[in-house]
Amino acid sequence: MSAGLAGTKSLTVTRAQLEDFLYEEAALLDAWQLEEWLKLFAVGARYLVPPAGSADDVDSATTLFYVADDYHRLSERVKRLGKKNAHVEFPHSKCRHLVTNVRILGGTNDGFSATSNFVTYRSKRGVTETYLGHHLYELCLQGADIRITKKTSFLDTDNINDQGKVSIII
Amino acid sequence: MTALRSDHEARPIIEPYIVDDDQRGLFRVNRKVFVDPAVLARERRHIFDTCWLYVGHESELTSRGDFLTRTVGGRELIVVRGKDNNIRAFFNTCPHRGAMVCREKQGNEKMFRCFYHAWAFDLQGKLITRPGTERYATDGSDDGIHDLVPVPQFDHYRGLYFLNFDRNAVDLRTYLAGAIEYLDLVMDQSEVGMEIVGGSQEYGFAANWKLLCENSIDGYHGGPTHATYFDYVIATGGQLGENLVTVSKPHQLGNGHTVIEYGAPWGRPVAKSVKAWGEQGDNDTAALRARLEARFGRERAERISYTNRNMLIFPNLVINDIMAVTIRTFFPDAPNHQNVTAWALAPKEESALMRERRLYNYLEFLGPGGFATPDDCEALALCQRGYNNLTMAGWNDISKGMKLENPNIEDEFQIRIFWREWNRRMSPGAQAVVGDAGK
Repeated sequence: MSAGLAGTKSLTVTRAQLEDFLYEEAALLDAWQLEEWLKLFAVGARYLVPPAGSADDVDSATTLFYVADDYHRLSERVKRLGKKNAHVEFPHSKCRHLVTNVRILGGTNDGFSATSNFVTYRSKRGVTETYLGHHLYELCLQGADIRITKKTSFLDTDNINDQGKVSIII
Repeated sequence: MTALRSDHEARPIIEPYIVDDDQRGLFRVNRKVFVDPAVLARERRHIFDTCWLYVGHESELTSRGDFLTRTVGGRELIVVRGKDNNIRAFFNTCPHRGAMVCREKQGNEKMFRCFYHAWAFDLQGKLITRPGTERYATDGSDDGIHDLVPVPQFDHYRGLYFLNFDRNAVDLRTYLAGAIEYLDLVMDQSEVGMEIVGGSQEYGFAANWKLLCENSIDGYHGGPTHATYFDYVIATGGQLGENLVTVSKPHQLGNGHTVIEYGAPWGRPVAKSVKAWGEQGDNDTAALRARLEARFGRERAERISYTNRNMLIFPNLVINDIMAVTIRTFFPDAPNHQNVTAWALAPKEESALMRERRLYNYLEFLGPGGFATPDDCEALALCQRGYNNLTMAGWNDISKGMKLENPNIEDEFQIRIFWREWNRRMSPGAQAVVGDAGK
């Protein structure tokens, strides 16, 4: 399936193109290249992690999330995670982001939406934590490049008693 | 090391839990209290089964029949607003064979039905139907032993509900003691009542629960542990040092409760603006302060608005009135692991814009994705890991500010208050060792 883009009728994105994009994103996160990862976001983009077990329509204006970053705070998050004083991630944990079940959901006003399932492993001091869930993306095209305008990472567990934190980008 | 003969229970002679040496200005905590399963078993009996424990807030159950299930002090509970509008708490276990009766996290019901044999109970916990009831010798309706079991004591203060597993414990208000004054400073922020914002943060980590008690009221760790948070505050237009108040004071509130009061550079939804909120923020907070001043006078209005408060209600309830208001409670599931539940509390009448600022504030510091809490949890996990060395390096030091007449929040006065109450409850009839013990 591919999405027709409003206002850019001649442009379409195939699932294979989107998968390449998402695999590239996962590779940057695995490698802790967060400055590069941030460049995958359009200026003004948002990054959200609602409480574990939330429904897709959960709203950060009325619900206490784990993460509800606007672009400024997302940029600050990236800066923080590069510092030695971000104690929880110094030294950086070892991460592996698995992405699967990629689907383009359809066109939006200024782009298209997509979803994927994920399992992310975070390993530190001999303990490996597992995050599982699904991402919802809102994306746009800037020239030929796919860019993220909103990424919401849903943790499909009851709580995060086993993981304790969302200190990495999941 | 001086040995201490323990209380009247059959217990071997052991080392003291704490060393409280006023003469030398030395306060030490035995690291065994963070790792020993026998200590945790004793805590369950002498602390979690005798102290008032936080259950939830009335705003979580707004309509008759609203219920939630919650684990408190190791027990499974149903908390429900009854037909008579009273909130009650029952043990979530069928009087028949013991299955958990209610399996949902929250909802609204006219009755609770155990699916195993279909016994059903009304919202007051009373057995109302039992298949084949005619084949029982007793009818099960009037003896009470076939009803859901209520918790021994259940009460609230200004919408904050607590339970006590000890039916002989003092009443809630007596227990809360000096904490009432500080609860009022939070609850007075609304003219119509405070509410829990939707959702909660439930997370666990590998550190003893008492380390989070210490950390929640510890003004000493802020600079070194949270340097990246303060970097962020500056990058976001906050100005360090612009605190409006210079107070920095820990208070003893009785029964092991304690609070620290201090000024800080962040914005407060009720009601201190920061540059990032713009002129609109200045106007909004000025209006809120004017309302407070009309209700309480200028001094109290400014205390509510400008002063930050981190409060520990013994043993494990933290209410921090800081860049947002958080309620946090946590229980051990092992000596080296705890599970935390945290909520945001806000005035019901708050504007949508101020609510947005509040949640933005909350998430920048607090919780598992904040710029601060994960570093706290990391510090506590490293403490716990460090206690692997306890047979060679056996003691924590909590002595800061001990000989000072006016300790400030960067001293450890308030942490000693916690430990003295903990020790008193854990060692009935025994005193902490005073003198040269604990080398």
